Amino acid sequence: MDTLLNNSDLFISGFRNTLILFFFSAIFALVIGIVVGAMRVSPVPIMRGVGTVYVNFIRNTPLTLLMFFFAFGYPKLDLPNPGYTVLAIIALSVYTATYVAEVLRSGFNTVPVGQAEAARAIGLPFGPTMSLVIMPQAFRAVIPPMMSVFIALLKNTTVAAGFSVAEAGTIRANLSERGEPAIVVLLWVAFFFVILVGFLAWLQRSLERRWKVLR
Amino acid sequence: MASPTLDSMESNAHETPAAAARNRPRYETTSNPIVAGVGEPLVVVEGVEKYFGDFQALKDINLTVTKGEVVVVIGPSGSGKSTLCRTINRLETINAGEIRIDGKKLPEEGKALAALRADVGMVFQSFNLFAHKTILQNVTLGPIKVRGQSKADAEKAAMVLLERVGVEKQANKMPAQLSGGQQQRVAIARALAMKPKVMLFDEPTSALDPEMINEVLDVMIQLASEGMTMIVVTHEMGFARKAADRVVFMADGEIVEEATPEEFFSAPKSDRAKDFLSKLLSH
Ligand SMILES: Nc1ncnc2c1ncn2[C@@H]1O[C@H](COP(=O)(O)OP(=O)(O)OP(=O)(O)O)[C@@H](O)[C@H]1O
Ligand SMILES: [Mg+2]
Repeated sequence: MDTLLNNSDLFISGFRNTLILFFFSAIFALVIGIVVGAMRVSPVPIMRGVGTVYVNFIRNTPLTLLMFFFAFGYPKLDLPNPGYTVLAIIALSVYTATYVAEVLRSGFNTVPVGQAEAARAIGLPFGPTMSLVIMPQAFRAVIPPMMSVFIALLKNTTVAAGFSVAEAGTIRANLSERGEPAIVVLLWVAFFFVILVGFLAWLQRSLERRWKVLR
Repeated sequence: MASPTLDSMESNAHETPAAAARNRPRYETTSNPIVAGVGEPLVVVEGVEKYFGDFQALKDINLTVTKGEVVVVIGPSGSGKSTLCRTINRLETINAGEIRIDGKKLPEEGKALAALRADVGMVFQSFNLFAHKTILQNVTLGPIKVRGQSKADAEKAAMVLLERVGVEKQANKMPAQLSGGQQQRVAIARALAMKPKVMLFDEPTSALDPEMINEVLDVMIQLASEGMTMIVVTHEMGFARKAADRVVFMADGEIVEEATPEEFFSAPKSDRAKDFLSKLLSH
């Protein structure tokens, strides 16, 4: 407990950064993922092509490599540099979005084609058919795998530590320098991650329960 | 006029006078079958060919359905009845020929196509109600999102329609909580809510338990008697005799025979129709 209290400054700023990375990356990953997921089932071949290339290219790139690019490659380009935290959020979002898109696509497959045909038959164009009829049903079908994607994102925020963003993962390194017992620090860090993941699991269960009643 | 009819939907405050005028004639056939508009071609299918890969599902289909007419399409499994229905609102593309709805050629894709589809109601064999929406929401989705009606107006009109098809008590339930017959009647109400010019039915009763078939057919018969233009794929001879102006018999992707229901069922001309009817009757 002393380890925690004596170093609350580091713990707090570390976890605040973790939450910032997670929160913004989650939102952007969701938005990009939905767009890319929709592109992959679009009636326009070019859209499908772009979506497929994006998913396959990014998904087959290790996250560390992506981070590496944004942390070291991007600043060398003559472009405005928004700082490491923002670059880390971009890397995490772009990376996680591919998984969101793929999970969603598997969700589309659980929605009977008749649903889309009925939507088109009442005159809904592609966009509203997706957003009003297909997406809501697909989301319901993929809550558990989607939550896994976000739990993975939460853990992936620690990769940002290697690239100068002081999130929770760096607490351990810093405290080791302050001479705290490594194993205790590690346990505390792990404990907080368990709490965060626990919150996501709770969110998943309540969403599942709510939507089960609705169906 | 018994029970609420389509006319009761007409009193829509948001509808422009022009739109009202455009909509009115086909409903007025209810009270007066001899009005302007009846007899004009509404759906024109010309030389339509459809391939699935190498397989030709539709061969040189020519069919004209006039305003207020009820056409029953009948034929053996795989003869292309569903495909024909689906090409008419372009759920299937065609490889040759032309389809016109109310004088307008079916657009290729995009907004124009969506607008045209809104004028063509479709009822599917498997109901296809939106599973995540209530019965009321199923009926109001199109009017709100496609026709731009206010929620209140759309709900008022939807309740009239639900009452008309006899499922108003289920308005706040989810589709899965309804029987097949009720679901199909909701599907009809959903299509009618768009005030379509023509309604397509693809075997609307063949997924239903026998005791529910009539409740759906009754709604369709009433609709026909009110002057709705309908293209109905069905093997229900009772419906064809009661409501149809014309029977179109299809086999192997072709229209083989067209006749009035009486002529077709009592004295079919082609051998294929004779053969098909003998099998249908022996069941
Ligand atoms: N998407 C598709 N891909 C390939 N072949 C298809 C497709 N849809 C239909 N077909 C074929 O086209 C032919 C006509 O099919 P269609 O569904 O129009 O027949 P139908 O007259 O409606 O039959 P049923 O009475 O069984 O519903 C069939 O041989 C079918 O196998
Ligand atoms: Mg069929």
